Amino acid sequence: MDYTLFRELADSWGLVYLFVLFVGAILFTFRPGSKKIAEEVSRIPFSEDE
Amino acid sequence: MRNLTEAVIVGLATFLAFIAAGLSDDALFKAHAWVLCVILLATTIVLLRRVEIPANGQALPPTDTSGYMDGVIRYGTIATLFWGITGFLVGVLIAAQLAWPELNIEPYFNFGRLRPLHTSAVIFAFGGNALICTSFYVVQRTCRARLFGGKLAWFVFWGYQLFIVMAATGYLLGATQSKEYAEPEWYVDIWLTIVWLAYLVVYMGTIVKRKEPHIYVANWFYLSFIITVAMLHLVNNAAVPVSLLDAKSYGVFSGVQDALVQWWYGHNAVGFFLTAGFLGMMYYFVPKQANRPVFSYRLSIIHFWALIFLYIWAGPHHLHYTALPDWAQNLGMVFSIMLWMPSWGGMINGLMTLQGAWDKLRTDPILRMFVISLAFYGMSTFEGPMMSIKTVNSLSHYTDWTIGHVHSGALGWNGMVTFGALYYLVPKLWNRTQLYSLRMVNWHLWLATVGIVIYASVLWVAGITQGLMWREFDSQGFLVNSFVESVAAIHPEYVMRTFGGLLYLSGALIMAYNIWRTIRGDVREETPIGGIAIHTSNVAEKGTPSTVTG
Amino acid sequence: MSFLEKHKKLERNLSLLFVGSLVAVLIGGIVEIAPLFYLKNTIEKVEGMRPYTPLELAGRNIYVREGCYLCHSQMIRPFRDEVERYGHYSLAAESMYDHPFQWGSKRTGPDLARVGGRYSDEWHVQHLKNPQGVVPQSIMPSYAFLASAPVEIKDIAKHLKVNKIVGVPYSDEMIENAMADMAVQANPDGDTQGLEERYAKISIRNFDGDLKLLSEMDALIAYLQMLGTLVDLKAYSQDENLR
Repeated sequence: MDYTLFRELADSWGLVYLFVLFVGAILFTFRPGSKKIAEEVSRIPFSEDE
Repeated sequence: MRNLTEAVIVGLATFLAFIAAGLSDDALFKAHAWVLCVILLATTIVLLRRVEIPANGQALPPTDTSGYMDGVIRYGTIATLFWGITGFLVGVLIAAQLAWPELNIEPYFNFGRLRPLHTSAVIFAFGGNALICTSFYVVQRTCRARLFGGKLAWFVFWGYQLFIVMAATGYLLGATQSKEYAEPEWYVDIWLTIVWLAYLVVYMGTIVKRKEPHIYVANWFYLSFIITVAMLHLVNNAAVPVSLLDAKSYGVFSGVQDALVQWWYGHNAVGFFLTAGFLGMMYYFVPKQANRPVFSYRLSIIHFWALIFLYIWAGPHHLHYTALPDWAQNLGMVFSIMLWMPSWGGMINGLMTLQGAWDKLRTDPILRMFVISLAFYGMSTFEGPMMSIKTVNSLSHYTDWTIGHVHSGALGWNGMVTFGALYYLVPKLWNRTQLYSLRMVNWHLWLATVGIVIYASVLWVAGITQGLMWREFDSQGFLVNSFVESVAAIHPEYVMRTFGGLLYLSGALIMAYNIWRTIRGDVREETPIGGIAIHTSNVAEKGTPSTVTG
Repeated sequence: MSFLEKHKKLERNLSLLFVGSLVAVLIGGIVEIAPLFYLKNTIEKVEGMRPYTPLELAGRNIYVREGCYLCHSQMIRPFRDEVERYGHYSLAAESMYDHPFQWGSKRTGPDLARVGGRYSDEWHVQHLKNPQGVVPQSIMPSYAFLASAPVEIKDIAKHLKVNKIVGVPYSDEMIENAMADMAVQANPDGDTQGLEERYAKISIRNFDGDLKLLSEMDALIAYLQMLGTLVDLKAYSQDENLR
């Protein structure tokens, strides 16, 4: 694996991959129905037995 | 037989340190091995005194392993406070040395040897202990599981203290790799690696045996901090020792590669140690103290991924206009600027958690502490990206502006969120109904805040003064100032920054007194803050809050 | 939708979260750092770089030990004022044998990348012993103890060997003669011929003015006096080295 290959990967498919991954993470987080789960999870600190 | 194995192991280690001290022909290594030998000997004696041997073959009563493991966290809060005050004290001392150089005592207490002691004490001893003890607290509560690994958590705690003491004494004796925030020599680095892996095992093991189906976001931040710091530490400290009995080692990287590896490490020490880890703290303690869930849980997930994707690229902004290739500098700048967004997302998320509960700020100085902390987080994550812009950096780099920026982050964000968390934790850990004094918390808050504001603003002035004086030309095209004129010009700022540091230190001393009295179970007679009855947000609260937003 | 399903798993699965965050943080490091090892033009072609002499290396280790890098940078940026004040801007090649690099991050004192030859040895001795005696407004600590501290390295050859392991081109001859070379560089009356052959552009003289003791002061000044003096900058062509 030499640098040129690295570089070509970094500014083409690599970039697209990371970008898609990131956008995917955002989309997933805001998918319909996630709000309910998120609210449930956000209450974890309050459901502990002290 | 309880504690016997431990005593034997530490005893053997003492013997090995003794042998190493005897065999080495490197004066520095010899001295450091003696330090280690004395520490281990003392530990052996303490352990031996605690050995419990059952009488006549009867079994010892079993240790209680039900419920949460809080003993190690109690030790952790005390250690955090102790190292915090040590770090601030050394900080004030070296600030004074810059204003009055007569305060240097060669060779052991010269600025060059004390400065790493200050940075390591504050970042790794104060910050590290805060992160370890709060992460142990948070992971147990949010997973509803006892810490994994039994005594391993105690090994993590004491092993980490040994790392701190060895690092600190090493600096004073002159053992250093000269890589900023990674100064300890190879043998101390190896020890930290072992301790850190044990920490990872305890942390992940606890998450694995959790009773909650979901992993609360605070644990994501803590976990990414532990993993990334392990990776950074291993790469940046790769070195070949001169021999196994020499303190000195030579790093495997050199010149421009070494510079990039170092600042890839250095900036991510900020990004993952001082940001991700402390955000884990924020995402648990701010909702708890405000008694309402985080403003938007989904925003916190975005915050997490954006932060860890972006931070790792930002390191080269420490090397603008150096011999590092331009493309790397530009990459670092672009990612640093992008970091502004998730950082402010996180700040807003933390602050908005108080939505509908802002009135609590009138009566709850601990909550005020968290708010101030978030405000400083917002300020320094704006200042940081700005300083990473190459044109700004050409003026600010090498000056005290950078030092001021770092301190508004470390004292403002990391310090304040830690103080808030400790004030929250101590009554709970020692089963006290409330803190000794909330008014003292308020005093601490304001002393610290005024201290930081003085510190950061005078160094901002000092930095810009330096930057401008260095580049000033006269009409003939000659440099106007000699270097030492820029040193003399900022003497007043150096005096004032020492004063700012002193205020911050005195706030921490008030805290130590307050915590000590709280642990003793005392309650100070005082007028409640805000004129209404003391409300009990710092006392255990159970159940879900009535209103939920986000 | 398979991706979304995966993230759902991730939120609940610890090992996936572990791998996910590790991958995310690894990528940045690899893409930024790895090319520097592949790219030929990361380091310019220059004439004159050589490994440190044993005495200079010992001096450099004192520079590191005392934390000099905390107040003095060794990296001149390509700005008019810096070039005017400190000399030609620093080249990557000039720190290619530096394990670790000493670029620094703060200038509480001036840059030292090209301090070599700017002041006399005597100036350095006086300045290190009592900085305020030479520069009244200086805030530098005193390093007088260096003058009476002997260079306590039992075997400098070990240091050269390890440097060779990490990539510094020390020859076998340099390693063999390391101990003698270290002593003789501060002794102009000794047999210095071999030393001069092994290391180009070398200063051989007693640096601290005290012939009886090979002191840490000797070593440190030997290091300071060679900083930035090796590369022939007149022969350096900027256009050929555009990066």
